[in-house]
Amino acid sequence: MSHKIIRAIYDDDDVLLKAVKEIRANGNNIEEIFTPFPVHGLDKAMGLKPTKLAILAFIYGLIGLAFAVWMMQYMMISDWPQNIGGKPSFSFVENMPAFVPVLFEMTVFFAAHLMVLTFYMRSKIWPFQVASNPDPRTTDDKFLMEVTLDGSAEDLTSFLKNTGATEITIVNNQ
Amino acid sequence: MSHYEAPIRNPLILGNKSYHDVSNDIARPIESKANKMWWIVFTISLIAFLWGIGAIAYTIGTGIGVWGLNNKINWAWDITNFVWWVGIGHAGTLISAVLLLFRQKWRMGINRSAEAMTIFAVFQAGLFPLIHMGRIWNGYWVMPIPNQLGTLWTNFNSPLLWDVFAISTYLSVSLVFWWTGLLPDFAMIRDRATKPFQKKIYSLLSFGWSGRAKDWQRFEEVSLVLAGLATPLVLSVHTIVSFDFATSVIPGWHSTVYPPYFVAGAVFSGFAMVLTLLIIMRKVSNLEAYITRDHIENMSKVILVTCWIVATAYLSEFFVGWYSGSSYEDFVYLSIGAASGPYWWAFWALLICNGMIPQLLWFKKIRRSFIWTFIIALFINIGMWFERFDIIVINLSRGHLPATWTRFEPTFVDIGIFIGTIGFFFVLFLLYARTFPVVAQAEIKSILKSSGDNHKRNTEKLSNLVKEKREASKD
Repeated sequence: MSHKIIRAIYDDDDVLLKAVKEIRANGNNIEEIFTPFPVHGLDKAMGLKPTKLAILAFIYGLIGLAFAVWMMQYMMISDWPQNIGGKPSFSFVENMPAFVPVLFEMTVFFAAHLMVLTFYMRSKIWPFQVASNPDPRTTDDKFLMEVTLDGSAEDLTSFLKNTGATEITIVNNQ
Repeated sequence: MSHYEAPIRNPLILGNKSYHDVSNDIARPIESKANKMWWIVFTISLIAFLWGIGAIAYTIGTGIGVWGLNNKINWAWDITNFVWWVGIGHAGTLISAVLLLFRQKWRMGINRSAEAMTIFAVFQAGLFPLIHMGRIWNGYWVMPIPNQLGTLWTNFNSPLLWDVFAISTYLSVSLVFWWTGLLPDFAMIRDRATKPFQKKIYSLLSFGWSGRAKDWQRFEEVSLVLAGLATPLVLSVHTIVSFDFATSVIPGWHSTVYPPYFVAGAVFSGFAMVLTLLIIMRKVSNLEAYITRDHIENMSKVILVTCWIVATAYLSEFFVGWYSGSSYEDFVYLSIGAASGPYWWAFWALLICNGMIPQLLWFKKIRRSFIWTFIIALFINIGMWFERFDIIVINLSRGHLPATWTRFEPTFVDIGIFIGTIGFFFVLFLLYARTFPVVAQAEIKSILKSSGDNHKRNTEKLSNLVKEKREASKD
């Protein structure tokens, strides 16, 4: 669906944060904000839902732990039990103390890598991905906000200017 | 706004920096040409690296008989260097993970380079077990994969296999942690690049990072959780490295104090290497505003704490060995026998470099001096190498049977491989210093208003003004 959006550029993170609150209070819809660094409190001000990546990391860790248990039970106990230094090779539980380091490492390995992969997939960042920030200055020192344009362009433009926007452009969003 | 930081804290970013100034400062080394000094150091490192490759090729072609190992001392420089490099590789994750959990803002000036150093150091460490295998082409046998030998699996009871898992998890998680943090900084370089080739390279490296609000929210969550995961990980890695020794029954090795003592020693040597590199880098890359005296002092304090943990372990090892009254304990690496035996020089090098010289850091003048901390850090690097050398060679040189008593002499191949890894390390670090954003500029920008010199001065002025007004209204 094609509609018009306004791109407003801000110079300062504090001005931006205040503007976000004013714009939302005014009933306008903020589609996206591009910032050069994490602005604390911006996600809450925009009304973004908290991310579930931490919970996912916990689940991934459990998967890693379960995988490590299965792997060592299969390799050391059931497939080819060997007498190594008299350690009990017939029972996973009795041999378990020697498995703790690998259990731990596999838990961390799965939790860390799968969480980061999920982050990359969800945020669509991977090699050969083309950057989509509309203005190259947003990775340097400018903050760009995209607001849906419904109603009068002049009204919204002057309202955004009042909130501290320094540059304003109107574009068609595809 | 919540940019307040107590005025008693010194600013972490010096000068009147704006966000754009930060970008300029971090991009400058990448966009400018390398100077003569860089090329000289790079060439020396490259020659050392090539010498190392030659020594490694000779080892692989002929066999590890070309090393100075013998029947009794069957581990020497190879594992000394391995443990030394892994230890050095501990500071990066400690700085980025543990200091993140403790909300230490000063980590932001140094974490990128410390992590880079970690990764490059672990590369060097990983080389040694591989070439020590002799038949390096069978190196994949350490992985638990189905193989041509029927269903013969790796031995999960062995600390050497735990090491494989620990080091590879550590390397890969550190790499991912580092790269994720690099994405916004690569994007900054990409968006200001003027040369098309440069733009292409940094577009590829930045994975198309655009800086959406949702991306940043996830980015911060991922950083925090990765820090939470990496903190126990970094402790586990050197714990497991110490198990290589502690689970054996060789006098001097079979010791329950090893895990915490090794971890503290690793942090000690890692911070020393970070100091060594950053004191030079801040000058060469003009980063004096971001890596300040306070950063150096903070790192010196960590070094002093870990120095005393290590020193306490030395003292307890020495005491327990002596108190046991066992004659075997009189030859272990921390004993009167070692102090007066053929390896007396290694014993004293350890105590002087690791125990005595770092005590200079108690003096505020010294730990705030760039040149003094640099020299002390060099001594610690040497001392920590000797610690591993002592643990391995002195302990192995005195077996239960006096007939097996022997000594270790390194050959030119041993020395060549060690010099080669130092060369390789510096080649990687020098290339990194010219092509990567060496300070986490996005994070620096996020603390600029609370810890930047100019902003702190403004807040102070403001609070003074408020105070004056209050007092004026009282009258």
